[in-house]
Amino acid sequence: MNTLWELASVYAQLSLLAFGGANAVIPEMQRQVVDVHHWMSAHDFAALYALAQAAPGPNMMVVSLVGWRVAGFWGALVTTGSVALPSSVLTLLVSGVWFRFKDAPWRKAIQAGLLPVTAGLIMASAALLIQTTVVDLAAAAVAVVAGGLFFFTKLHPLLILGGAAAAGAIGLVG
Amino acid sequence: MSETRPNPTVFDLFAGFFMVGVCGFGGVLPWARRMIVDQRKWLTPIEFTEMLGLCQFLPGGNIMNVTIALGSRFRGIPGALACFLGLMTAPVAIVIMLGAIYDQYAGYAPVRRAFVALSAAAAAYLVANAWKIASPLWGRKLAMAIAACTFVAIAVLRLPMLVVMPVLAIGSTFVLWRFRA
Repeated sequence: MNTLWELASVYAQLSLLAFGGANAVIPEMQRQVVDVHHWMSAHDFAALYALAQAAPGPNMMVVSLVGWRVAGFWGALVTTGSVALPSSVLTLLVSGVWFRFKDAPWRKAIQAGLLPVTAGLIMASAALLIQTTVVDLAAAAVAVVAGGLFFFTKLHPLLILGGAAAAGAIGLVG
Repeated sequence: MSETRPNPTVFDLFAGFFMVGVCGFGGVLPWARRMIVDQRKWLTPIEFTEMLGLCQFLPGGNIMNVTIALGSRFRGIPGALACFLGLMTAPVAIVIMLGAIYDQYAGYAPVRRAFVALSAAAAAYLVANAWKIASPLWGRKLAMAIAACTFVAIAVLRLPMLVVMPVLAIGSTFVLWRFRA
């Protein structure tokens, strides 16, 4: 019961901090889940993130997976609900009056101000995940090759993720 | 063009987003747009872009916010709930199933090696995404400095986001506005 409350409070906070979506709050999520609450290791967290990327749906899926790992079915329900509720209430309240502010100068100023912060946050997420997942030379090779494919080709992301997993499974890397 | 206003029921809303949730591998947004604008014509392209603009502006998952804004526009809170549950039900069930399978077989060497590689590839995917998101900043010194400060505060100093985020968001908005950068 206590754990469920802690999960709810962590993810409700993340909900209102997630400017730029789930990927912007990965470092804070990892800090809370790994360093503050010791629910799992950094490697477990990175593995759950990877697993969530391989599933369909919004990129918030890592939230449900962490909840499930920490506290089973109810954990998944609590984290998914908590990450959705605060931002959803805000969206509900704002979307009705939004058209009035659509072209307001202050709105454009805030949006422009948030962009570099979001970019920095997502870079921080990427750096932390690279740091945790690149455990040896083989993993580094996978990251470099996959990164090149993501960046320079129009291959479907799932194809690249699948390819990496297959290469790992048959022992080419890892 | 004498088009009648679209008037989806709560069930239509659930069903539409359910398909988006099932199909949305590697990013849901293109699928959501296809369903909302092209297939069911609930919004015009311009309306969709405006709604998405709001949903990216607010905190929270962008597509989650779209379910709330769109659902409540047509059917109030029940509509918002229908869209949200439609989007989330299948992916949450699938991701938990994957988690259970992973737990079951994590002891086998091939599965463990597959996960080392998959994790590294997923991290690389985020690097590529971060690069794309940052691309409008290249050449703008002030904006790049703010992004760098954010990176250092979060990734290097590991400061709590609850403290860092308000300072950076307000500071960045003010500085960029003041210097028109």
